[in-house]
Amino acid sequence: MPLELMDSPGADANQREGLWTLNFGPQHPATHTTLRLVLQLDGEMVIDAEPDIGFLHSGFEKLAEVLDYNQYVTIVDRMNYISPMANEIAWHHAVEGLLGIELTPRCKYIRTIFAELMRIHDHLLCTGTCVLDLGGATAFMYAFNEREKIYEICERASGQRFHTGYTRVGGLLYDVTDDWVAMVKDFCKTFPKAYRDFAGLVMKNRIFVERTRGVGVLTKEDAISGGATGPVARASGVERDLRRDEPYLAYDDLDFDVCCATGGDCYARFQVRMMEMLESLKIIEQAIDKLPSGPVFISGTGKEGLPDKSEVYRSIEGLIHHFENIMPNRQMPSPKESFYGATESPNGELGYYIVSDGDFRAYRARTRPPSLLHFALFSRMIRGCMLSDVAAVLGSINIIAAELDR
Amino acid sequence: MTQTSSESVYKLAIEKALPSVALRWSEFRGQHRVDVPAANIASALTALKDAGMDQLCDLTAVDLLEYPGATDRFEIVYLLLNTSNSDRLTVRTYLNEPDLQIPSAYPIWIAADWLERETYDMYGIVFTGHPNFKRLLLPDAFESFPLRKDYPVKGRGERHNFPIITRAES
Repeated sequence: MPLELMDSPGADANQREGLWTLNFGPQHPATHTTLRLVLQLDGEMVIDAEPDIGFLHSGFEKLAEVLDYNQYVTIVDRMNYISPMANEIAWHHAVEGLLGIELTPRCKYIRTIFAELMRIHDHLLCTGTCVLDLGGATAFMYAFNEREKIYEICERASGQRFHTGYTRVGGLLYDVTDDWVAMVKDFCKTFPKAYRDFAGLVMKNRIFVERTRGVGVLTKEDAISGGATGPVARASGVERDLRRDEPYLAYDDLDFDVCCATGGDCYARFQVRMMEMLESLKIIEQAIDKLPSGPVFISGTGKEGLPDKSEVYRSIEGLIHHFENIMPNRQMPSPKESFYGATESPNGELGYYIVSDGDFRAYRARTRPPSLLHFALFSRMIRGCMLSDVAAVLGSINIIAAELDR
Repeated sequence: MTQTSSESVYKLAIEKALPSVALRWSEFRGQHRVDVPAANIASALTALKDAGMDQLCDLTAVDLLEYPGATDRFEIVYLLLNTSNSDRLTVRTYLNEPDLQIPSAYPIWIAADWLERETYDMYGIVFTGHPNFKRLLLPDAFESFPLRKDYPVKGRGERHNFPIITRAES
């Protein structure tokens, strides 16, 4: 929107001879979604970059103030739509923290399995499309073939492939079935081979390696001070993973490693993402074997959890229970407090800061989007790189504009 | 989010930096919070950074206009994190109209750059000393601050009133 942005780098350019300004986006294949960069170039070298964001701003945080804790799950789905269920898990993790709800073991394990499936899902897209932007269309197809299987797993559990809306305060929409378990086990069996094919096409591709190694370096100091989290921070040598450092769900019971690299460049970020996929697979394999039986909703006849659908449709008690949970003037009260709950989403620390005034809806629900803080560091990463490196750096930090702008 | 033994480190650091200022400490489900007067926020944040809070995890505001029992209008929230031992601390400060100014945290953590611009965008809080202070998400022609409680959820029809620039004029 601000047209004067086009002029301002030009004004600086007058001070230095021969600089020119290039508008990158908002509609450009390498931005994937709508975001705009105003690049100041010396020949093909990027001297400065000013991101201009907000094209996908949809007022999600305002909507959080009118929708209740269960309804808002349909909105958080649409933030990072590359890994929708990771957002749902983060949102209800924060809500349950505020309400002081302890989940059932089965619910914890199912959510953990989904969180890790989403990590594979997200990393496959991130690495796959970045390779595509750098000219390798084959690996992209291999990645998307596997993503398709994860969509089917989501569909079997929730009825939706994409915007699942699967979690609820204190539980899940439906319990999973035995054939869902079989599907996940089947995925665990077939994924390593697909991963080997994919990794071979990417990590040993000389063109890809040369276009990413040493490009877009983020120093450890900048990563910490700039609020970088997740794979971006770990690739810069920040040894931090919320799953290990502040365990939630079932991560305490499961064995996995935190993947780090020290390069801080695009290649290091890809290495971290590729390694994390294998760690996620390890977590899923352990969790599906240990999957406890029992209810997915917290017990009790109070207002903490929704009753099972079979009870709602077949008994008057269940119907009343459902009514008491759903009607705005009868819902569970929440403490008049504020609470910050964060999870390790595929992109980094995804947190929600919820302020409650006692209702079953947030007075204020702030999203801490990892993409926003990563993209703020973009101009530091790209300075001194070539114009063609913009696509590599953008791909490696995995900017999702819907989450960036909310 | 556990701060059992090391919490006192931050308490000491902040009390040393602000010896004669009344601070209010509170806790909810293991999350520690401190309310600092807006005039002292810069020295409090600097002291906390020196005590180990090396990351500004998030910065946001809350409009307390309709909050039951609230006496101030805006709450500015700094979520701080120590990346080496996972200590967290929430620093809150309060602002009232017409003086919605607070020093920028950009010199302390570079993460404050866009977070402060977004807070201005949504609430109209002015962060003084920020090197590139302007709206982040909304267009510059936008005049309201949409996350304030007195702004309607459906908006005020702004998007229909933006100037349309034709190809000939551009």
